[in-house]
Amino acid sequence: MEQREQREAREHFETHAISIWFFIGVVLVVYGALILGASIYGLFVPPAHEVVLGKLHAGVWWGALLFLFGIIYVVKFFPKKSKA
Amino acid sequence: MQTSAHIVSLGTIDIVIIAFYFALVLGIGFYLKRFTKTGNDFFMAGRKMSAWIAGLSFLAANLGALELMGWSAAAYQYGILATHWYWIGAIPAMLFLAIIMMPFYHISKTHSVPGYLQLRYGNSSRTLSAVSFGFMTVLMSGINMYSMALVMKVVLGWDIHFSIWVSSITVAIYVALGGLLSAIFNEVLQFVLIWAGALLIPIVGLIEAGGWTKMVARIQQNFAGADLTHLWRSIGSFSGNPMGIHWTGIVFGLGFVISFGYWTTDFLVVQRVLAAKDLRAAKMAPIIGAGFKMMVPFIVILPGLLALAVMPGLVGESQAVATGGHSYNEVLPLMLARYAGPGLLGLGITALIAGFMSGMAGNVSAFATVWTYDIYRHVHKKATDRHLVRIGRWATILGVLISIGTAYLVMQFASIMDYVQALFSFFIAPLLATVLFGMLWKRATSAGGFWGLLAGTVSSIGMWLWVKINPNALAIIALSPNAKAMSENMYRALWSWMIAAIVTIVVSWATKPKPESELVGLVRGCTEIPSEGHYKLYQRPIFWAGVVFVVFIVLNVIFW
Repeated sequence: MEQREQREAREHFETHAISIWFFIGVVLVVYGALILGASIYGLFVPPAHEVVLGKLHAGVWWGALLFLFGIIYVVKFFPKKSKA
Repeated sequence: MQTSAHIVSLGTIDIVIIAFYFALVLGIGFYLKRFTKTGNDFFMAGRKMSAWIAGLSFLAANLGALELMGWSAAAYQYGILATHWYWIGAIPAMLFLAIIMMPFYHISKTHSVPGYLQLRYGNSSRTLSAVSFGFMTVLMSGINMYSMALVMKVVLGWDIHFSIWVSSITVAIYVALGGLLSAIFNEVLQFVLIWAGALLIPIVGLIEAGGWTKMVARIQQNFAGADLTHLWRSIGSFSGNPMGIHWTGIVFGLGFVISFGYWTTDFLVVQRVLAAKDLRAAKMAPIIGAGFKMMVPFIVILPGLLALAVMPGLVGESQAVATGGHSYNEVLPLMLARYAGPGLLGLGITALIAGFMSGMAGNVSAFATVWTYDIYRHVHKKATDRHLVRIGRWATILGVLISIGTAYLVMQFASIMDYVQALFSFFIAPLLATVLFGMLWKRATSAGGFWGLLAGTVSSIGMWLWVKINPNALAIIALSPNAKAMSENMYRALWSWMIAAIVTIVVSWATKPKPESELVGLVRGCTEIPSEGHYKLYQRPIFWAGVVFVVFIVLNVIFW
């Protein structure tokens, strides 16, 4: 009885819950976009405190990378509409 | 909120990144509440986690901010020797948990490590283990909370009270709402954020240093005469390395007792793998965790080594206070400020906050389970499942409040921190002996388990007191007059484990064992372990454990 309830709860969770990987995709998209945007802005208006190796523009490519990974995860794990 | 003397200044974009993180973890907590209706949901995350989620959560619960900050500082102080805590101090134990111990934890359907002791040895061992674990867990959580608030004050200039209350209320809300499920979801998210925020430091740092070889050359130039870049070469004697430690302490003390004790019996981490959906997932989870654990030195130890090359001159805490300079305890935020511009800085700080919150969530969710299932339920035997869930939610809030109280106590009396950290270590080594003999030796009896655990704990406390009263005793416990405090922990753990083991064996031989029929599902030799023969080779946990172990050996040889 208890095992059946547990199995049903697990199935309900697996069918209806949004995947953790989707949340991770969302956070990467948002952070990637913010970092990319701030870093591109920094190309035109340099920040007050220069960082070491600032010429590498780490924020631009790191932000782009996070954004790209985020998009992949959001698309792959986008919540499906429940038929119930 | 901010004062003037601090290492980094956050811009608007950085604040937005941090605020989004807090909003998201709270949102996840509210969202998951609908899936946590029963005790099984709240305390065990419904036992429905995949191997990847359980594995990453298993690792994230350990990857706290103090872990990141502390071991970066240790790498600056002791060099690459600090890596031992990530490799030999973790990998063999995690693989042992996966292959040897997980079947018994999983098949016995225990909800906790004290719960396993209840099934194997009875009430006395369960009570001793549950009370000590529950008490120490919330105290440790409070100490970590205070330390983190102090870090935020030094790094960002944030008010200590603000850091303590905002972070702990956030953790209390999302764990009380979604229980272990919410803690695990957020830990996986936090794991990704830690990597996203910290990975850039070693990449840009290696570019600045000119690669690994040039970094090593600069370290040797900056610190002539000290071997800071070899794992094993300098630990042939106590006096040959800055840690004052011998390889026997690393291999037997750290690599066996402390590491196995922590990774296989500390419920804070074991709880995550107990939530796996089936035996294969439960075995794969620690193996996945071990794979990632081997890579953590890249974001923790390497920044410390890079700082030795590009930022020599950091000093100890007391000297830094006296001279107004920077301490090596601040090496990670200093490296972050060195390379990270707007946005990246916010992400790096978010990684530190995420690390802190994942550690704290781990503590309070484990506390709530042990308090409710291993203490409260044995007093209120007729409590319904719904009542226990309500108690679990209150225990979460109570755990956070005790943690906050501890944080304020430590703020007033700093020496408490050393005592509580030592207290926690008293229980781990003897508990390993109790659990190992329980799982692997049919003849171990209830009395043997209890008295072994008690004798090991008391002897550990005794050795610690002995060194406190007479510092010369360190030379006897650690077997060398050149031994330093770090090796005391290793050898004290080793001796207390041996005492627990010997007492368990002697008392077990003198007392009557349980019939084998009562040991089914709990002990090797009485339990049928499901065969994995029907899986393809690459689907079997033992195959991946072998892969991880080979990589572990290769890494140790490369950095010998």
